[in-house]
Amino acid sequence: MHIDYKLRGTTLTASLHGEIDHHTAAIARSEIDMEIDRVKATGLNLDLSDISFCDSSGLGLVMGRLKKMKAGGGSAVVVNPSERVEKVLTLAGIDTLMPIKKEERK
Amino acid sequence: MSISPLNRFKAEFPAKSINEGYARMVAAAFVSQLDPTVADLADIKTAVSEAVTNCIVHAYRDKTDYCPIYITGAYYPDGKTVITVRDKGCGIEDISKAVTPLYTTDTGGERSGMGFTIMESFCDKMTVSSRVGKGTTVRLVKKIVRPQS
Ligand SMILES: Nc1ncnc2c1ncn2[C@@H]1O[C@H](COP(=O)(O)OP(=O)(O)OP(=O)(O)O)[C@@H](O)[C@H]1O
Ligand SMILES: [Mg+2]
Repeated sequence: MHIDYKLRGTTLTASLHGEIDHHTAAIARSEIDMEIDRVKATGLNLDLSDISFCDSSGLGLVMGRLKKMKAGGGSAVVVNPSERVEKVLTLAGIDTLMPIKKEERK
Repeated sequence: MSISPLNRFKAEFPAKSINEGYARMVAAAFVSQLDPTVADLADIKTAVSEAVTNCIVHAYRDKTDYCPIYITGAYYPDGKTVITVRDKGCGIEDISKAVTPLYTTDTGGERSGMGFTIMESFCDKMTVSSRVGKGTTVRLVKKIVRPQS
């Protein structure tokens, strides 16, 4: 798992690469939260287009970041999950809590 | 009369989170012998990951000594594949409550109570047997058949 970041205004895009399970989610969680706080982001885009595996820990990771952003008056969006990743996320109805955006790949 | 499996495997490893990936790979390598679809293989990997994570996060939550996880696999001539994941942890008091979607006993972490629901929906059948203080076994069944092209 590795993550890279892009900041546009106060919207932070975190692009996650690799596999999300309980082991990697714990690392990603503290890393992303640190970056959110560092840049004082008000919006968070979680780009999951390069996630090759995701289980319920990924669901927890996304929900947790949404909670954190909302607590600070901000918002969070999931961007470009694969069909596979989306299946795991929507099983718990995450799509009713936050937008799942699908963008054209550049 | 019971039909014997065409092939089987057994693995044991300590309940460390780094082994979640290992467990998925072992199960995937075994099931790959059946030439599964990409979707079926992903289903197996996800279900195994859920079961193994539960051993690490829940079963052995208060233990510090050696915490073994046992995983077995078998497949049959008709493609029926059975994977079991067993721990010697705390056990589950109320199984029907535990498997309810969104039910979790985890408060500090970021668990959402969807593990069993994911196992159920990604496999044909999931059964949980457990004894408090003894441990838990999750049995995952999925038929792997390559669609004729
Ligand atoms: N191997 C186990 N040993 C003891 N308790 C377990 C075990 N597996 C599951 N449980 C109990 O069952 C509950 C539900 O498990 P489930 O996997 O559905 O959700 P979760 O692990 O809490 O959250 P998630 O899997 O979504 O991250 C757990 O919170 C835990 O109390
Ligand atoms: Mg779980």
